[in-house]
Amino acid sequence: MLSLDSASIASVALSRDGEVLRETATTDTRSHAEALAPAVHELLAAEGLTGRSLDAVLVGTGPGPFTGLRAGLVTARTLGFAWGLPVHGLCSLDAAAHRAAPLLTEQGATEFAVVTDARRKELYWRAYTVCTDDDGVRAVPASAPRVGPAEDVPAVASVGPGTGLYPDRLARAVPGTMDLHPTAADLARAAWALTSRGKTLSTDTAPLYLRDSDAKVPASVKRTPA
Amino acid sequence: MNTAEPLVMGIESSCDETGVGIVRGTELLTNTVSSSMAEHVRFGGVIPEIASRAHLEAFVPAVRAALAEADVTLEQIDAIAVTSGPGLAGALMVGVAAAKALAVATGKPLYAINHLVAHVGVGLLDGTDELPDHLGALLVSGGHTEILAVHDIVGDVRLLGATIDDAAGEAYDKVARLLGLAYPGGPAIDAAATNGDPEAFRFPRGLTAGKYMGSADNPGPHRYDLSFSGLKTAVARVVEAFEAAGTPVPVADVAASFQESVVDVISRKTVLACTEHGITTLLMGGGVAANSRLRELVTARCAEHGIRVVVPPLSLCTDNGAMVAALGSRLVSSGVAPTGLSFTADPGLPVTTVSVPAGT
Ligand SMILES: [Zn+2]
Repeated sequence: MLSLDSASIASVALSRDGEVLRETATTDTRSHAEALAPAVHELLAAEGLTGRSLDAVLVGTGPGPFTGLRAGLVTARTLGFAWGLPVHGLCSLDAAAHRAAPLLTEQGATEFAVVTDARRKELYWRAYTVCTDDDGVRAVPASAPRVGPAEDVPAVASVGPGTGLYPDRLARAVPGTMDLHPTAADLARAAWALTSRGKTLSTDTAPLYLRDSDAKVPASVKRTPA
Repeated sequence: MNTAEPLVMGIESSCDETGVGIVRGTELLTNTVSSSMAEHVRFGGVIPEIASRAHLEAFVPAVRAALAEADVTLEQIDAIAVTSGPGLAGALMVGVAAAKALAVATGKPLYAINHLVAHVGVGLLDGTDELPDHLGALLVSGGHTEILAVHDIVGDVRLLGATIDDAAGEAYDKVARLLGLAYPGGPAIDAAATNGDPEAFRFPRGLTAGKYMGSADNPGPHRYDLSFSGLKTAVARVVEAFEAAGTPVPVADVAASFQESVVDVISRKTVLACTEHGITTLLMGGGVAANSRLRELVTARCAEHGIRVVVPPLSLCTDNGAMVAALGSRLVSSGVAPTGLSFTADPGLPVTTVSVPAGT
């Protein structure tokens, strides 16, 4: 499976049964469109694979900055179309949640939230419950993904890039989790945590904008243009 | 690859049209366009974020439809061309990311090309293989307004003049709003002007003062440049004056006088640029090329100077993927190297960059 995520940093991963074979990630959060397709090309070449050897494409549907998010989604959808592969979508925050779940279990937390930068002094967040079964620890979503001020995040342990932005406004920011960006590799693992338990992945790849376009209908015609 | 008559897919997303065109050599196979114009109507202008959202949803369906209509498969395509600028940053980004994905998935060469030069590329689709010598272009749309000299469409295109503020189509949209007319403003004002007196109001002609024009030997700083913001303000003052006096605004007369100012200055400056640069054929492009009065006056004034005017069908004047494919096809057949995957969308791409060189 080929996974892509561009909700925060841009990253690409190849995985088989949840085991990541190879991954690349950019540190630059502004070069999504430029970086994604070339990264896919290099990753496949490095593994000696072609698109025809893949079974599916998985993409993070956000939330995240719109332009980068769209670059990831249009890349995934187009690759899927060209290769004749199904394209699955998963909330990008679920990737970071999957990575964070074992850490939170160690700390004795059963509920937590992933918080990322939504700009405009707001955060994207989603609440999760830690579940443990025979196959290990995983994060199960406990709310829809949301956008809002830090004060709106539930009073649970918070992890992710948002913790570095507003540590004092979050009920409990877990230190040292600032670099817990959603990545394609964790997205692939989070997807495996679902499919290995008999769940099917969604083929909905609609972007989680969570905000409207901000365009305002002119209230009255402005008489003297600037 | 068939380089004499390459099968090329062109992708366009610089403004509010998602265009996918396919050509074989100079033969147009399909020109699939999905427009988000209806979503911008209530705002009276193109909203970049709304246009970008629409590109994402329209892209794969547009490619699917284009392939079906041209009755070709992705594997058969020889090369892919995409608009990499100029245009709206977020809108360009969707097309560029998608085109790169198509290139990676198919292994086909990718050309990142200039939107403005692509408008001229339409001239390659009329069945003749060669563009006329001494070719110029007048591009007028909601997003841009330029006068170009096209010495060699794959390598030597120069910008002679351009608007220094609003695009002409943008001025039409804003004035249409002032007059309570529909969006887009071009057709609305054109229709309203039919019954109006173009000399009822004397609106300013931007950048026509001597200090901007200079002379042929000693050109001023804006000899072929255009400006529409002063005109828009002048129209607003007239409308305000009528409203302050409590009398109805003579919409037809204002529309006709505004339109006359726009087309007068565009056609005068275009003819001047053509005669002073030895241009003998002028290709019109952009959505405003459909404007009846603009076509009429440009054609008449060009005829006085022996300049032939070519106006492609409207579906090829407005932004579309076929023009991108047409230019891409010519780049392939001329042996120009593809751009590859490492370019970035460039909202301010200069017209002198016909296609982005590899490794940039
Ligand atoms: Zn255009």
